[in-house]
Amino acid sequence: MANNDSIKKTLTVTILLCIVCSVVVSTAAVYLRPVQEVNKSLDFKRNILAAAGLTDQMNGKSVDEVFNQRVTTRAVDLDSGTYTDEINPADYEQRKAAKDPSMSEDLSADQDIAKIGRREDVALVYLIEGDNGLETIVLPVRGYGLWSTLYGFVALEKDLNTVKGLGFYEHGETPGLGGEVDNPNWKSLWEGKEVYDEEGNAQLTVIKGAVGPDTKDAEHKVDGLSGATLTSRGVGNLVQFWLGEQGYEPFLTNLKKGEA
Amino acid sequence: MKVKELLFAPIFSNNPIALQILGICSALAVTSSLKVTVVMCIALTTVTAFSNLFVSLVRNHAPGNIRIIIQMTIIASLVIVVDQVLKAFAYEISKQLSVFVGLIITNCIVMGRAEAFAMKNPPLPSFLDGVGNGFGYSAILLGLAFIRELFGTGSLYGYQILPLATEGGWYVPNGMLLLPPSAFFLIGLFIWGIRAWKKDQVEEVDYKMAPNTKPLPKEA
Repeated sequence: MANNDSIKKTLTVTILLCIVCSVVVSTAAVYLRPVQEVNKSLDFKRNILAAAGLTDQMNGKSVDEVFNQRVTTRAVDLDSGTYTDEINPADYEQRKAAKDPSMSEDLSADQDIAKIGRREDVALVYLIEGDNGLETIVLPVRGYGLWSTLYGFVALEKDLNTVKGLGFYEHGETPGLGGEVDNPNWKSLWEGKEVYDEEGNAQLTVIKGAVGPDTKDAEHKVDGLSGATLTSRGVGNLVQFWLGEQGYEPFLTNLKKGEA
Repeated sequence: MKVKELLFAPIFSNNPIALQILGICSALAVTSSLKVTVVMCIALTTVTAFSNLFVSLVRNHAPGNIRIIIQMTIIASLVIVVDQVLKAFAYEISKQLSVFVGLIITNCIVMGRAEAFAMKNPPLPSFLDGVGNGFGYSAILLGLAFIRELFGTGSLYGYQILPLATEGGWYVPNGMLLLPPSAFFLIGLFIWGIRAWKKDQVEEVDYKMAPNTKPLPKEA
């Protein structure tokens, strides 16, 4: 089989193989895309429900049913901190808008603690209302960890200060280290923490090590993940950013006063 | 070669993990829960079987100096297809498996069988060899996952078997079993067990310890 090693044969085999393989791979990718998109949006909704603590009360209903029944999606103008009707939440793609110069603004280095580069002008917020008005509000957040941008949600109680839950639906942190942001035990540490201090500044952050009984301001602090200092810092920064002045703070202040 | 031998010899007599010590990485990483492990085993068996089949089909036309690249291309394409299928039909599990499906590309078992078996044998035996080695890998992984999930979390396949002390039961879970190093100890015990049973797998020692014949120099 010496003729297999001729240049002509080598090139022919390589080219044929590459064509066949690329056709197979792209066919699979294209045909499965619609099903994957459905999964992704379901996962997105499931994470909103999980951050709001609604997944325990599903009673066998599907994610879509519960979402449509309980959750109201509203668009918020982040600069003025008020609801806006200029955008239809149903077809607004927040992640695309954040990259579009006409729908987002550039952040200066000292504003951009979450390292996201640009911030969209309009964000979607998810309201869960009960018999007595607003019960929970779920705010989408994102920021850079160690390797990747973490995308997730922070859910606040009706006092708009106490954290109800936090969760990430997409990230590329190291499994077992930074990937522990998905660990239910760690996520449960966020519940009951308070975002703002008496002056109304966003104080909630992740510290290095564990929060002990004699830690000062323990209500604003969450344990860091061991072995994942940079991911923990990233999560702390993104929470500070999105709940601070550049993020939802103007909106939450207005909402508290009933002027949103 | 007989079908039976191709399919079942890799489970105990020539196990890819226990005898050839291949594919340890994913055996440590994905075995903390049985459900994820089952999916990983199916994915790996599929990839090994089909990569063996396709490598064997092109073996007579593969130029010797680029044969490894050809094998890699075939394996990589199959892994991408498997990954896409998982994302479409088992989204939750594919999220948990995260990078490890992609890492099947570098799993030594897949390439090892392509190079060692499929390059020299016709398509059908190669396919069966791939399935057999997938079984061998699965046997060890399922064993690991069974022990790790049962004693690490008190559940099996997500169902609670041993009532946990934190929830009012009596079982205090062994947290170490959920960490990757525990799989190392367990694989070691498995290898010990298999070699105690099948004595021909015991390797010869490379060297012998000699007794210290000279006393140490005094002036030091």
